Amino acid sequence: MMQLLKQMLEGTVVSLEIFFLTLACALPLALPVALGRMSRSRLVRAPLHAYILVMRGTPLILQIIFVYFAPYYLFDASWDRFTAVIVAFAVNYAAYFAEIYRGGIQSIPKGQYEAAKVLGFTRVDTFFRIVLPQVVKRILPASANEVITLVKDTALAQTIGVAELFRVAQNASARQFSTTPIFIAGAFYFVLNWIVSELFLRLERRLAYYH
Amino acid sequence: MDVVTVEHLSKSFGDLRVLSDISFSVHEGEVLAILGPSGSGKSTILRAITHLEEASGGTIAICGTPIVTDGVYADAATLRRALLQLGLVFQDFNLFPHFSVLRNITEAQERVLGRSKAEAREVALGLLEKMGLAAKAAAYPCELSGGQKQRVSIARALALDPKVLFFDEPTSALDPELTGEILRVLRALADEKMTMVIVTHEMGFARDVADRAMLIDAGVIVEEGPAHELIDNPQNERTRAFLKRFSQT
Repeated sequence: MMQLLKQMLEGTVVSLEIFFLTLACALPLALPVALGRMSRSRLVRAPLHAYILVMRGTPLILQIIFVYFAPYYLFDASWDRFTAVIVAFAVNYAAYFAEIYRGGIQSIPKGQYEAAKVLGFTRVDTFFRIVLPQVVKRILPASANEVITLVKDTALAQTIGVAELFRVAQNASARQFSTTPIFIAGAFYFVLNWIVSELFLRLERRLAYYH
Repeated sequence: MDVVTVEHLSKSFGDLRVLSDISFSVHEGEVLAILGPSGSGKSTILRAITHLEEASGGTIAICGTPIVTDGVYADAATLRRALLQLGLVFQDFNLFPHFSVLRNITEAQERVLGRSKAEAREVALGLLEKMGLAAKAAAYPCELSGGQKQRVSIARALALDPKVLFFDEPTSALDPELTGEILRVLRALADEKMTMVIVTHEMGFARDVADRAMLIDAGVIVEEGPAHELIDNPQNERTRAFLKRFSQT
């Protein structure tokens, strides 16, 4: 039993690595995507629209397989499984976050931009000091959804053989002819997401000083 | 000296012509009231001068610097420098909700004028005192009444020391019992010889406080003259019709 828990904790560490690295890449990457998606230039807008359509329109599991095997077919080269997982997750999640950002940015009243302009703020200052802080508050609930989904989606990394939590649990199940390890894994995901929900709630409360 | 000069200003939104051949100037130290029915284009005049809308044609100069000449705009740097001489107070305040009252007033001073934190704070606190809001410096806009919000937004505009302050229906979003506090502030500013252009529906106020008044209807200046004369003794048929409609409501 101790042996099993130790293995599962190791798997959890891998899942958490995927989780944090994905967020670290996808959250910033989504900002230029969202801005480009709203660009006045069709040349910028159209490819990003297509990118978001593909990312949201095809299964993440397929995208992981594609990212891992594409270098093999294209250049006859292979790369690290874990890296491939991070790339696939980051590119996929950036598309979802970009749409959340876009909704948030477009919900800021025009008057905020007009007031900033009349006061002489530069466009960069207007975006980062006036608009973005208000966007963050508005997109917290939608982002919480996405982040919680990400915790569970890390299980898909096993598709190309990354030994994350769920993979470890399934292997243990097969060895022991028992479903118990899988249910234990379920409890792990549940606790992780409980923490995530709690953190988002706290963040929402911290930003509740204005509306 | 003329703080703002507008010559033959025109503005169209697509096929819709909202301003035609508007010419007037704002003299230093005067209060100009712009009157007219809704949709007449009076707000668009302010928005064109403050560059929230692009003029379709004509010339606008601020303190002698043309920002647009016969429909052609000056370069970005000139435009920016000239527009810094203007302040605009909106009908619906447009305060920054995530900033405290104090920071609403200090932020542009620091970021745009490059004032130190201490100096910006001092200016802001002085203006809040003048607006009767010294106790609200740490509050957030959502905790204020409409009248208080509008006074903060006036302080925010004044903090940048504009040469002229534009008001776009500053009392129209307020409950009737709150308009008084804003009109008192405007009156006090007029006494200090602050140059102001006020788009308003408050006829009594315009007559008492404004030096000059201008009636806009269907995108043209119908009549212009000393405020009390224009309102008490209008010469133009359309002005009479407008004022009559007004006194009935």
